[in-house]
Amino acid sequence: METLTNQYNSSDFFDELIDEKGGFRAPAKQLLGYLDSLSEDELEKRRTTAEATIQEMGISFTVYTEEGNIDRAWPFDIVPRTIEASDWKIAEAGLKQRLKALNLFINDLYHDQNVIKDGIIPEHIIKESKNFRPECVGITPAYGVWAHICGTDLVRDENGDFFVLEDNLRVPSGVSYMLENRAITKRVLPELFENESILPINNYTSQLFDTLAALSPRDIENPEIVVLTPGIYNSAYFEHAFLAQQMGTELVEGSDLYVDTDDCVYMKTIDGPERVDVIYRRIDDLFIDPEAFDAESVLGVAGLMRAWRNGNVALANAPGAGVADDKVVYAYVPEIIRYFLNEEPILKNVETFLCDDPEQRAYVLDNLDKLVVKPANESGGYGMLVGPHSTKKEQALFAELITKHPRNYIAQPTLKLSTAPTLISKGTLEPRHLDLRPFILQAKDTYVTTGGLTRVAMKKGSLVVNSSQGGGSKDTWIVDTKGQ
Amino acid sequence: MLSRVAERLYWSARYLERVENTARLVSVYDDLLFDLPNEIEVSWYNLIEILSGEEAFEQRYKVKDERNVVKFLLADDTNSSSILSSLKMVRENIRTTRDVVPKETWELVNELDLYAQKNIKQGINRSERHLFLNTIIEGCQKIIGLFAGAMSRDSGWHFLIMGRYLERADMGTRILDAAVSLMLQSEPEARIQLGQVTWSKVLKSQSAYLDYRRTVRTSINGAKATTFLMNDPCFPRSLDYCFGQISEAAQKLPRSGLIVTQANKIFEFKYPLSSSEDLNEDFHNHLNELQIAIIEINHKITENWFQFRQGDAA
Repeated sequence: METLTNQYNSSDFFDELIDEKGGFRAPAKQLLGYLDSLSEDELEKRRTTAEATIQEMGISFTVYTEEGNIDRAWPFDIVPRTIEASDWKIAEAGLKQRLKALNLFINDLYHDQNVIKDGIIPEHIIKESKNFRPECVGITPAYGVWAHICGTDLVRDENGDFFVLEDNLRVPSGVSYMLENRAITKRVLPELFENESILPINNYTSQLFDTLAALSPRDIENPEIVVLTPGIYNSAYFEHAFLAQQMGTELVEGSDLYVDTDDCVYMKTIDGPERVDVIYRRIDDLFIDPEAFDAESVLGVAGLMRAWRNGNVALANAPGAGVADDKVVYAYVPEIIRYFLNEEPILKNVETFLCDDPEQRAYVLDNLDKLVVKPANESGGYGMLVGPHSTKKEQALFAELITKHPRNYIAQPTLKLSTAPTLISKGTLEPRHLDLRPFILQAKDTYVTTGGLTRVAMKKGSLVVNSSQGGGSKDTWIVDTKGQ
Repeated sequence: MLSRVAERLYWSARYLERVENTARLVSVYDDLLFDLPNEIEVSWYNLIEILSGEEAFEQRYKVKDERNVVKFLLADDTNSSSILSSLKMVRENIRTTRDVVPKETWELVNELDLYAQKNIKQGINRSERHLFLNTIIEGCQKIIGLFAGAMSRDSGWHFLIMGRYLERADMGTRILDAAVSLMLQSEPEARIQLGQVTWSKVLKSQSAYLDYRRTVRTSINGAKATTFLMNDPCFPRSLDYCFGQISEAAQKLPRSGLIVTQANKIFEFKYPLSSSEDLNEDFHNHLNELQIAIIEINHKITENWFQFRQGDAA
């Protein structure tokens, strides 16, 4: 008999759910068996339920186009991705190790810079980093932690091994979609949650709250925590509102706050000014304080850096934390882990060529048609060259850019990204490439989300998973098949 | 509650009320011009004067005819108080305060805004204007009804109330003033005829005609209609009722002393009107003072709850 899964062909890449012989991998067994038992129409009904749920919940993100900003419904695939709990445990330990090392690294950069003195990383890499903030030198935030919320992108290679693709230490987004994806999937496939050991993910927002509360400069029972958003026109506004609501904190814009003559931050309320202890800011460094950085910024709060430097308010993430999410610094992270923790890195980096290095640059320029070239400081998948999918003209343009500003570019081999079955049209599953963004929190304690946000390149063969570039997403199940 | 959220709620209520009032005003004027004898000259341009839009109007139009006036009041984006501009403001303000109003508000506001944009031509052309304006008024009442039935009576609610009734009082005084001016400008011999038509239309513009009939129980004349619209304690569009609501809402909010005093002062003063002779220049001046007092209250609300200065906290 024809079933949903026996027409599925996963041969070219590592497929996370179905092996090359068509067998179901252990954590996916129940899921796929169940999907096979549904009729085409029933499956289609589940897909429409998902769409209706997304509409109802008002889950959207904003895309910037020339015609203006458009609110799009969140593109969602109903087939969850499954990962074995024992595999995830290793990744989780690796993520904690990585963020711990990165925070020690950032703190060192703003103090003694031993990591440079000991020759682990060349001085000019830091000096020329767009995200190194001289304004932050000498400051020690609570627990010495600078990056409190980190979104690290993981991929799996042809053997199913996890690799770190990049660390997002500035204002990583996506966690609300991770939570909403689970909420939608519970409505779409409720039967599976009854008998399967799918690990829950729902405590993220209370973990986030605890992390932020631990940063309060005042030792009081109910510190005032706020989420600072650039406003409704930001692509992640939905997430800002979602997180504020889930944590029971105020969602504020720059104009809601001001720094008074006592160098403390106050929120303008109808009861009068209220002192703010912790700001979870979703605005980039350069816009948070027109007094310290971009004088033209209307998104920020004048004097915020002064208040922070004086220890009167906590900022998460701390200004300057982005110095460690530079893609050139990324190449040094394994060494950074060894240097600061005296441990072997648990998670591997993707092989990376630094255009800054003459030898590596020559290799990159010779192999532009095979490599993925990334700018060192962009996010959201903008300004990339995907070699095998590029034209000669695009390659020539990048060759010129790289020669002019070698420090600004890195290159990586085109990865054989893993795939998972995705419902493409009625009754048809096809493999699509995906990545995974877990979120790691660090203040007094460290916490990692169970799984993370899975992003899918919805176009056949595409490797680009960013929602701003036509990517979609699906729920991520960490399944405990061994009863651990 | 954040000051910004309070301010946006306050203004969404003001703009929503403005949409409804503008629709009512155009609708009644339409009707009034049908009923007036031909020899009495009443210009559509009076509406622009009622709403203090002379400057903006004259920048845009040379001819002061019906079409331009109605276009200006309903559709113009250069007029920040036109129905379309006001709806846009309602939408923008609600868009960023969605979590403190009932869930369906956003949908209803969008629906109304879309309807108005799609059918604006109906409003400008005379033949279907009545239907268009009525649908707008109904759309506003749907939203107000949703608030009444589903919104918690917390701070947000009180800001909505203050916004709505301040805007209503503003329009109420403008309409009274317009009627009084119309009468004062007319030839004495036409005044009686004009008065009968005008005052019943003024009552109708406020949906007050039947209430007046039931409450006052005499024929309609200027002094009685004006007294009803100023002082009736129960009718929800009378000035007394509006200022009473503002004062009550303010009292439930923190640090409201100044605003309550100001609203009560207006509430307690009763202008003596015994006959239509009293609807004279002095009364016109009184209405002017009321307008100034309304602006003053708006100022105080802004200063007290929405704006902050360095040093307020430290």
